[in-house]
Amino acid sequence: MDNLIIAGKTYASRLLVGTGKYKDFTETRAAIEASGAEIITVAIRRTNIGQHADEPNLLDSVPPSQFTLLPNTAGCYTLDDAVRTLRLARELLDGHNLVKLEVLGNPETLYPNMVETIKAAEILVKEGFDVMVYTSDDPIAAKQLEEIGCVAIMPLASLIGSGMGILNPWNLQIIIDNAKVPVLVDAGVGTASDAAIAMELGCDGVLMNTAIAAAQNPVLMASAMRKAVEAGREAYLAGRMAKKIYTASPSSPVEGVIASAQSK
Amino acid sequence: MIHITINGETRQFDQSINIAQFIDENNLQGKRIAIERNGEIVPRSQFTEQFLADGDRLEVVVAVGGG
Repeated sequence: MDNLIIAGKTYASRLLVGTGKYKDFTETRAAIEASGAEIITVAIRRTNIGQHADEPNLLDSVPPSQFTLLPNTAGCYTLDDAVRTLRLARELLDGHNLVKLEVLGNPETLYPNMVETIKAAEILVKEGFDVMVYTSDDPIAAKQLEEIGCVAIMPLASLIGSGMGILNPWNLQIIIDNAKVPVLVDAGVGTASDAAIAMELGCDGVLMNTAIAAAQNPVLMASAMRKAVEAGREAYLAGRMAKKIYTASPSSPVEGVIASAQSK
Repeated sequence: MIHITINGETRQFDQSINIAQFIDENNLQGKRIAIERNGEIVPRSQFTEQFLADGDRLEVVVAVGGG
């Protein structure tokens, strides 16, 4: 079996999905099921105190017994906030160590602050977390994060929530070629072909949220993404044909074509 | 009267209460929450042992949808 292995645990699906931006938890659950994803990201936020006692909880719809939850640090702009958020997440999820680290640097672009990301990764790895880390597509930063002990490197394909697709396949290729841990594209996928391209490059997986949640039909898009990730992975494993520039090669035999009376 | 900052908002309590009582009084019992007190995690096992003190800062969090 061609499985994804992260921090020693095996997953059949190479598609990881977020739980944000859905209209309700029913749609969240339906999209996740259609995606086939096993690893599901969640955010950690302050709860309402003393009000909305009957507010539905996300974890009732995506229980930790059925999915591997991946708490993230979305919205954190300092290493301190990110580390505290993940300590709270570990307590919330009964000692669960697999986390997604992201430390943002700018509210407009949501581009990662790599200096703070690297410092936070060092602390979290020392504290026993299995850190999947959101990074710029800088091959040097990606390598540093791997050397710190992060269990997966997750470069952006383009800005978070932009749907702009794979803007720099060459940088992703360098990161993939040099990594000994799984590399997952995180952020920027807009439609199924983007996910397939990421997988064809040799990515080990793709993490997405908005591409599914903001589609006109999120559940159908989740199904499309599942197939795109599988198709891209199979194409990568199959090994694509070489590109022939300026040279055609017929697929049908050149011999035995019927001839008209005038020719020959 | 003690003052405690909970999720950024200051609240008054008549007397020192433990974390478990705080949870009950605010309809948080049975919910999947995690609590940080003055920057340190409060493990669930210590909810009855830890009493709130004047000036404490609490963060009470849940999991929500996110990417």
